[in-house]
Amino acid sequence: MQPFQPVLLEAVGIPDGHGLASYRSRGGYAPLEHVLRDKKPADVIETVKASGLRGRGGAGFPTGLKWTFLPKDHPGPIYLCVNADADEREPGTFNNRILMEDDPHQVLEGIVLSAFATRASTAYIYLRYEYPRSWHRLQGAIDEAYAAGLLGRRILGSDFSLDVHLHRGAAAYICGEETGLIESLEGKRAWPRIKPPFPAIEGLFRKPTVVNNIETMACVAQIFRRGVEWFRSIGVPADPANPRDPGSYGPKLYCLSGHVERPGCYEAPLGITARQLIDGHGGGVWKGRKAKAVIPGGISMGLMTESELDTPLDFAGPGRVGCLGLGTAAVVVIDDQTSIVDVLHNSARFFAHESCGQCTPCREGTSWSLRILERIRAGKGRLADLDLLLEMGNTMGMMPGSTICGLADGAAWPMKNAIKKFRGEFEDSIRRTNPSGWMVTDPVPALQRSWEPTDADRHRRWTGDRDRGPRAPQLHRGRAPGRHRDPPLLLAPRAVGRRQLPDVPRRDRLARRRHGQDHDGAQARPRLPDAGQGRHRDRHRQPAGA
Amino acid sequence: MIAPPVPQRKVLTDDMVARIEALAPRYPDRRALTLPALHIVNADLRHVPLEAVVEIAAVLGLAPAEVQDTLTFYQFFHQDKPHGKVRVFVCRSISCALRGGDELLTGVCRKFGIEPYGTTVDGELTIEPAECLGACDFAPCMLANDDLLRNMTPETAAAELVKPRARAT
Repeated sequence: MQPFQPVLLEAVGIPDGHGLASYRSRGGYAPLEHVLRDKKPADVIETVKASGLRGRGGAGFPTGLKWTFLPKDHPGPIYLCVNADADEREPGTFNNRILMEDDPHQVLEGIVLSAFATRASTAYIYLRYEYPRSWHRLQGAIDEAYAAGLLGRRILGSDFSLDVHLHRGAAAYICGEETGLIESLEGKRAWPRIKPPFPAIEGLFRKPTVVNNIETMACVAQIFRRGVEWFRSIGVPADPANPRDPGSYGPKLYCLSGHVERPGCYEAPLGITARQLIDGHGGGVWKGRKAKAVIPGGISMGLMTESELDTPLDFAGPGRVGCLGLGTAAVVVIDDQTSIVDVLHNSARFFAHESCGQCTPCREGTSWSLRILERIRAGKGRLADLDLLLEMGNTMGMMPGSTICGLADGAAWPMKNAIKKFRGEFEDSIRRTNPSGWMVTDPVPALQRSWEPTDADRHRRWTGDRDRGPRAPQLHRGRAPGRHRDPPLLLAPRAVGRRQLPDVPRRDRLARRRHGQDHDGAQARPRLPDAGQGRHRDRHRQPAGA
Repeated sequence: MIAPPVPQRKVLTDDMVARIEALAPRYPDRRALTLPALHIVNADLRHVPLEAVVEIAAVLGLAPAEVQDTLTFYQFFHQDKPHGKVRVFVCRSISCALRGGDELLTGVCRKFGIEPYGTTVDGELTIEPAECLGACDFAPCMLANDDLLRNMTPETAAAELVKPRARAT
């Protein structure tokens, strides 16, 4: 088998490969001129449909088909959102970063072609803030393209105009969901919308909108440079026995990370197996160890065991071994000395942190699964917890139909996969750390770490006590040190009696007081005049004559 | 007829407002400027105080609650007090955690004597945990202002973080 020649990553390693001159010398923007001069938008859509390109953002929806959902003859404006945030926020994924930093013009050409096909007049690239370098590279490329007449009014002398703007996100995984991204672009909190209406009908600013991924854009550019036949010659053809399988064509960027010798982003034809990827490109599992589990496409896609490593990583392959799908093709290798409980805990922490809080099953499910996993790690787990986690995993998400978006599915899948495929290890861990096996009646440990801002801190922020800032970390449970009082036994006995207690008017007490008794039941006695010299101990002595 | 009071801006400078207004032609709706405006204010003040929220709302023609609603959703913005001149995000997601991300976070915090989310006394450095920074090929990694620090250990990170670094964006 001859080694695959990188196409999407061809600029990597070329000095100044991100510049316009370098991109043109590699044949870039020539297909754009041809398309704008000779083709109609419908032709472009037909070409992309014929190529079988499926969205690289995670769901694998056919891109050309998505574009046909836009209403015909819409007066406009139509928007194109390019998502460089959320799928990219999937832990383990960084292919878009490589594309934006090393070949931004390839992405831009794909954007112009896609906008031409969808007749979009404005494209927004939603970029995560963690990529300052990508921001500079992309902004530089956009400026170059405007100066060269490749963006802006009447591109290359045609009637087509397009503006491309960068929009910076602010650390929220949910902005990767397409309607969440749209809400965020509109300046709101990124709560995914209930569909329908789908974004193609009513999306950004209530206009028809297409949301695509950066890598999809790069693939569009390559399809028009190298042709549909080239694209279809790579990858896995559709399964004739399954009419719903559109096939997996084209090259794909695989992000290899975790316990491998050479982590990195590798381009390979769709359908490469995880073992080929890890051993061939990644140099094998690090330190000569064996793999225990492999995440096929970002943490939300679940886990594969070592015996499932020969699964082809195409759009259908991971689903056959119980994973959610290919996802973003972020392959994370976990070696055999890692506790799978820790891995699942890390995943649960991520999703509990990133759940947007709109749908109750996800908001509560993610945070409670994290609390249960923290309890297991704290040595107070019980075997029934595993079934509890499985039940939670089966009830939250879009597939059981209890949430708006798929974040909860992504949270549930690693939970279900890990417990089903590594149940023995979970049980061993629980038996080892909690040998009694008894139900521990302690409350589940609180989710908040001491150093994370608590609800009380947020409350204080609102109630104006802002000078004090967040509360100091509380090192022990119980009363705060500042409020400490001596235990009452050390005080003089009468001092205890003199404490201001609310006087509860009860009938017998009132009656006793009427009969000259005080509320302790003792005989009322005349108070001595305070001499002003004795310790308070002396003042409690009975007077000599009493 | 009582004239409405002329809003006096105390926190937002004219320069910030000009930068926000420069972005206005990009969007058909001024509410979409919320996130860019918050970024602009945060870049200068290193936090977005409540007064700034009110003034951003006045500039954009929104209710302060709408801006506050957006602000509190995103973890990036802080309201209580400014973060340090260098803001460090230490990745703790799966790829980095497998290669020692959690140890990096606790180790580097201990070196500077602060808790995660804390700022050093001189106001130079804030260290925060972050979910995936998208640099898993360089795990464990951290982001100090605009610089990605790759394959860090607590020792190398501490050596890197004492260097001065500017914020370009």
